[in-house]
Amino acid sequence: MIYLPHTDEDIFSMLQVLGADNLDDLFSTVPEDCRFTGDLNLPEALSEWELNDHMSTLSNTMAVSPEYKVFVGAGSYEHFIPASVSYLLGRSEFVTSYTPYQPEMSQGTLQAIYEYQTLAARLLGMEVATASHYDGATALAEALLMAVRITKRKKVAISSLIHPLYRRVIQTYFGPTGYEVVELPYLNTGVTDTTGLDEMDDLAAVAIQSPNFFGCIENLQVLGQKAHDKKTLFVASFTEALAYGLLKSPGSQGADIVGGEGQSLGIPRSFGGPALGILASGKKHMRSLPGRLVGKTKDLDGKTGFVLTLATREQHIRREKATSNICTNNSLCALAAAMYMASVGGTGIRKLAQLNHDKAEYLKNKLKKAGVGIPFDSPTFNEFVVEFPSGFETTHKHLLEKKIIAGLCLSPYYPELANHYLLCVTETRSKNDMDTLVREVKS
Amino acid sequence: MKESLGATGLILNEPLLWEKGKKGRCGFSFPRRDVEPCPLDEELTGEGPDFPDLSEVDVVRHYTRLAQWNFGVDTGMYPLGSCTMKYSPKTNEKQASLPGFTGAHPLLPSSLSQGALKMMFEFEQYLNEITGMYATTLQPAAGAHGEFTGMLIIYAFHKKQGAQRSKIIVPDTAHGTNPASVSLCGFRPVPVTSNEQGILSVEAIAEIMDQDTAGIMVTNPNTLGLFEENIQKIAQIVHAKGGLVYCDGANMNAVMGMVKMGNIGIDVMQLNLHKTFSTPHGGGGPGSGPVSVAKHLEPFLPVPRVVEENNTYILAEDYPDSIGKISAFHGAFGVIIKAYSYIRSMGPENLKKASQLAVLNANYIKERLKGTLHLPYDRPCMHECVFSDKHQATQNIATLDMAKRLMDYGFHPPTVHFPLVVPGAIMVEPTETESKEDIDQFIETFKAIASEARENPDLLHHAPKSCKVKRLDEVTAARKPCLTG
Repeated sequence: MIYLPHTDEDIFSMLQVLGADNLDDLFSTVPEDCRFTGDLNLPEALSEWELNDHMSTLSNTMAVSPEYKVFVGAGSYEHFIPASVSYLLGRSEFVTSYTPYQPEMSQGTLQAIYEYQTLAARLLGMEVATASHYDGATALAEALLMAVRITKRKKVAISSLIHPLYRRVIQTYFGPTGYEVVELPYLNTGVTDTTGLDEMDDLAAVAIQSPNFFGCIENLQVLGQKAHDKKTLFVASFTEALAYGLLKSPGSQGADIVGGEGQSLGIPRSFGGPALGILASGKKHMRSLPGRLVGKTKDLDGKTGFVLTLATREQHIRREKATSNICTNNSLCALAAAMYMASVGGTGIRKLAQLNHDKAEYLKNKLKKAGVGIPFDSPTFNEFVVEFPSGFETTHKHLLEKKIIAGLCLSPYYPELANHYLLCVTETRSKNDMDTLVREVKS
Repeated sequence: MKESLGATGLILNEPLLWEKGKKGRCGFSFPRRDVEPCPLDEELTGEGPDFPDLSEVDVVRHYTRLAQWNFGVDTGMYPLGSCTMKYSPKTNEKQASLPGFTGAHPLLPSSLSQGALKMMFEFEQYLNEITGMYATTLQPAAGAHGEFTGMLIIYAFHKKQGAQRSKIIVPDTAHGTNPASVSLCGFRPVPVTSNEQGILSVEAIAEIMDQDTAGIMVTNPNTLGLFEENIQKIAQIVHAKGGLVYCDGANMNAVMGMVKMGNIGIDVMQLNLHKTFSTPHGGGGPGSGPVSVAKHLEPFLPVPRVVEENNTYILAEDYPDSIGKISAFHGAFGVIIKAYSYIRSMGPENLKKASQLAVLNANYIKERLKGTLHLPYDRPCMHECVFSDKHQATQNIATLDMAKRLMDYGFHPPTVHFPLVVPGAIMVEPTETESKEDIDQFIETFKAIASEARENPDLLHHAPKSCKVKRLDEVTAARKPCLTG
């Protein structure tokens, strides 16, 4: 086995040092009745070349670009990733290192994460961002738990236009805590209806996603003001981070905490994971943030260096009193995002976000002209809801055969929206792809 | 001693990203604009983020230089106890980067995702076989996330029984995240101390287990690298009072093919794919923390579950007792591919051998270093051994000094000051992928450092001297945090 370097001679001489006769003797502290004495029932070992064939076969069954034209986003977006990002991300000094507990030997990871924290904070208009979390859903759940800790209140209100799967994760996280989650309905313009807030007291947080699940851009400033009038923390979320290349940042609109998904920033969709949970706040709440943080400092010679910091919030210092049980960050995903943001650049990200917006508008207008219903008239970014004529399911299936995936059917998530589909267009869809879709839908 | 690995090389300075570049540069090849501009309402648009503009060359040099300041398993031995820094095979990276996997959207119809679902289904079966458990979910995104999932399952189980309980027993030899995972579920962690042999005694558990205790969370093998010999009796006591046994399976790499947790009374456990199954740690993540359960806990697993029907795989949601969703999608799929590839490359015999060799390497280090370093529990260990700085403390040398000095010799230090039950702990986990020569060199190096501690302690106090930076001021970093530039 190529990963096991021991020769028989090595094993023999090492066992001699231990006074053991064979490898099984080393397990003498495992009581007899705890031992498994059979053989594991697993497939026989494959050679590297057999594994290549096997995995290619599995991979080839998947519906992906460029063979398929996928008009589905809903929290997982297709964006071009420069080869330089993938190449740099493969550097084994980054890939095969651990959490940077020994900073002198980990300055590469530490500076890179410090830069990621900075770029993520700038993207969102916030003062501080953590070293990253598992995904957008868990980052948002942590943001809400953080609001509960800060305010010592036990109820949060979340928009029903937050990604439905994020809301389910929040329900799971909140399940055993006794804290209450109230959902705010949506208006027929496709944005959150906050009139119910007037009746609610003692809220720890109001959470809004923008662009929301329907792709509609929420008026964060007005919503934030409303939350603050009720002395409630305003939590902003997002699934499409690229939107903030163009839109006003949540921080500039009054968000106290932001928790969302950074997959769009140079991370492949990879069937939904690993992803990038981005969590940010103002300095005021910095010490309530869960998860890793990297800070700048000096070494003994006065040279600039970086370390993991504010560790007293974490579980290995005050075990029972930790702000969360998080012991990892999705470091390599954060690194990918930093590399991507650095590659696209300040000028580029605005241009790219504008292109995304314009392409989606092109398809929206074309479909509208073709007689397809656009039920929500709020401005959108990258994604929008359409209402197809009843019976569109058959057309949807027919289009699958032509390798066009015409959006995500919304009725499993919003039963009242029969025949409604969520369509997504990014810079990866050409005008030609969109024209083909419109033509097929019309016919 | 052979020539030391430690050397000095040409390490280049590199400023922060935003101290580089020039407005107007770009490192991204723009796709053709084939649609008309369509401006968005100015009320909605902002200035755009203040990112630097860099060329592709700027970006490539930046990260290449940063990478050179880092140390990974590919650079050298990284014996971080409890973290399992085994070699991450390169073919696994290749499989995970196949375009059918990287490009896969998580919400397409099952008929368009058969390869991914088949792989996940098979992988769950493999983990069931290795753990001896009944069913597995791949959704938790990391080990601690798996612990949390396991606790949620225990919570859901007692809720279903109609009587919620308020406490969970957590030994002092448990992983650091365990008490926090317990608290997140509204349980109160009840600490219990291990005995003089470093393991749990039956009596200690019998004394505190009661009808208000939901279960116990045991790390086995524990963080002293010792197998919990009384686990079966402990499980009986906990079960007799209606509780459940959670096993933190982070150390499963010690006992693959040797112990099946499902056969020794464990009800629920998590596995850390980035440890036992060789997926790279990535400087802190992404990890993956599948949770395996006994049959009576299957109804509570997160949804959707991958189900096979006539050789076709579907995602099934209809499990009314499920704890719900724990990640937005299907967990760290990209990591799961690597662990799947590892199991397929290793096969059953090599997995068992990997555990045996991991235990061999750890015991060999324990035996050969125990004259040099204080060994608080002198008994056969599993995959890691725990020393302390007791001998060196008399020379005013602490664990951290020896750890930092190891860097000058080209080794990443072991885990230090953990587990908490051993003051000044030095926790060494070589893993099975280190050869005898490399381990011998590590041992000789540690002996040389112990001599230096006696003869020239300043060498240790001032270490490291050959890294990019010297020891860093962590106190000021925490007192006056500077988290963004």
